Amino acid sequence: MTMQPASTEIASRTAAIVQDLKDLEGPLLPILHGIQEEFGHVPQAAVPVIADGLNLSRAEVHGVVTFYHDFRARPAGRHVLKLCQAEACQSMGSDAVAARIKQLLGIDFHETTRDGSVTLEPVYCLGLCACSPSAMLDGEVIGRLDDEKIDEIVAEVRA
Amino acid sequence: MTPRIYIPGDSGALALGAEKVAKAIANELAERGIEAKIVRNGSRGAYFLEPMVEVATANGRVAYGPVKPSDVKSLFDSGFLKGGHHKRWLGAPDKIPFLAKQTRLTFARCGINDPLSLDAYKSLGGLNGLRNAVAMAPADIVKQVTESGLRGRGGAGFPTGIKWKTVLDTTSERKYIVCNADEGDSATFADRMIMEGDPFVLIEGMTIAGIATGATKGFVYIRSEYPHAVAVMNKAVEIARKAGVLGVNVLGSPNAFDMEIRVGAGAYVCGEETSLLNSLEGKRGVVRAKPPLPAIQGLFGKPTVINNVISLASVPIIMDKGAAFYKDFGMGRSRGTIPIQIAGNVKQGGLFETAFGLTLGEIVDEIGAGTATGRPVKAVQVGGPLGAYFPRALFDTPFDYEEFAKRDGLIGHAGITVFDDTADMLKQARFAMEFCAIESCGKCTPCRIGSTRGVETIDRLAAGIEPEKNLALVTDLCNTMKFGSLCALGGFTPYPVMSSITHFPEDFKPAPARVAAE
Repeated sequence: MTMQPASTEIASRTAAIVQDLKDLEGPLLPILHGIQEEFGHVPQAAVPVIADGLNLSRAEVHGVVTFYHDFRARPAGRHVLKLCQAEACQSMGSDAVAARIKQLLGIDFHETTRDGSVTLEPVYCLGLCACSPSAMLDGEVIGRLDDEKIDEIVAEVRA
Repeated sequence: MTPRIYIPGDSGALALGAEKVAKAIANELAERGIEAKIVRNGSRGAYFLEPMVEVATANGRVAYGPVKPSDVKSLFDSGFLKGGHHKRWLGAPDKIPFLAKQTRLTFARCGINDPLSLDAYKSLGGLNGLRNAVAMAPADIVKQVTESGLRGRGGAGFPTGIKWKTVLDTTSERKYIVCNADEGDSATFADRMIMEGDPFVLIEGMTIAGIATGATKGFVYIRSEYPHAVAVMNKAVEIARKAGVLGVNVLGSPNAFDMEIRVGAGAYVCGEETSLLNSLEGKRGVVRAKPPLPAIQGLFGKPTVINNVISLASVPIIMDKGAAFYKDFGMGRSRGTIPIQIAGNVKQGGLFETAFGLTLGEIVDEIGAGTATGRPVKAVQVGGPLGAYFPRALFDTPFDYEEFAKRDGLIGHAGITVFDDTADMLKQARFAMEFCAIESCGKCTPCRIGSTRGVETIDRLAAGIEPEKNLALVTDLCNTMKFGSLCALGGFTPYPVMSSITHFPEDFKPAPARVAAE
């Protein structure tokens, strides 16, 4: 298990991010991205600090955090594998790719392997629609997934 | 002369291994003790040839592709630095049929040079449009854009000049230009390509929009699924600022304009303009009711031009070559060119910029060269997840806003996804409803509830439960969603659903019959 920072530490690191970005026009999304980059997720303890810094209610901040798919309530695995499940990839067999990866990793979408090595997520389009089926592993793009590439990905995240 | 080797850094090329190819080439150069400059260009958009490596020779560029790392040694052995023959040899890139047949106006520079070289940008006509614009009265710029016939390339097809005029005519002291780069539709990647391959054209277009309407601040809202585009745009803005393209005196004129890059957070609905504005303001990305129009009360309640990336990136050439030049391309009320993105199960996938008017059949069969699997084409979805599925019988439809509307379809952001005969259209119709349910912002009932009921009803159809009754129910539900939803997400989800039912009724027959038919 990764060690979770204490809530006082979360509060002070969050306050620094808020201070840094609060003068932007419409600062909440940049702040939330900053917090997720810092902690790997948006911790509950960060919410009141953001609310206080931007003069919003906690409910308003909570509402925004939970609206967007990107913001995590819990840390992800060491790797994040996103598989495109949109139409262009469907036409090239993304269903079968997803089924195979789920089987190899033993997890479903939105789940993390028990050893914390990888989180699997669906994504609806990576803009690689002429290179389908596609995926994104820790921000790196991969196109024309086939059995060989799938095995490589699985080996990499398990390593 | 030091040889120059061009290896795309575009994410499509990277997804196909361009980074490994670049490393292999760099290693081979070091091993052979050859001095050469590696330039990371954007992509020209012929993804079936990516990674496409080009070398500059005395007789111009020579392209090779698709290059695998294992090809690199033999490329050097064949003397590719001088354009030597090799099994991956493609010849001059602009003579490759897929590229030679295009009319590149918006994408004229994309993929040719290092996207972050402002000098390279200027050497190919960059900033000419902006230079003309700073010498003109705002109303004249708006007039020129209006006369060009440019319509919003994001999907709605609203005349860009009219939108600009509305903002120009407001008296607010603060106005905004917002670029919608939340390109979430499957089959579309034109915005990504231009941001990664020719970012200055977007900056130039936005700056012209600012000068034309009296706005001094711009935002580009890019989806988080495009980290490469975000990185390139951030660097390009920085370079443009240093060069005085952005700032308090744009190109030395009294006009001020600056911009910021903002990143979305994985909500498809934020591609809808009012939802995007809420997201930029730091709110939940829920749709706003219109009126008021964003042009009157947009970002932070101020008059706002909100345009798609391709609309804004098409402005510089209009300001450079004139309205008549641009308007000369196209058909009917669809003027100029459109970057068609050919995707999915297709042999020659990629971006094809051309004047409006090609038929769907020409695009799929000739330019796309049929399916990648080699099986017959069953259906083509035009316009992303909210676009209709077209059968072969409608392949004579010309690529034009009105012609597609006449056949209960839309061209949207001009992405087309090809499916072979293994596609199950009931499954595709179900997915359309499911996607709408996942991505609905929840503000209006037809979209929020209708999509979930849609999935359930189609599931009952698939199970053969009261097929006639349930088919009638889906049709009725689609009607409610189409006319009762607040925005295009709920309003257009019926397009893929109803077109599947109308054109592929055999896929909606009760399960036992479907099994027997197979």
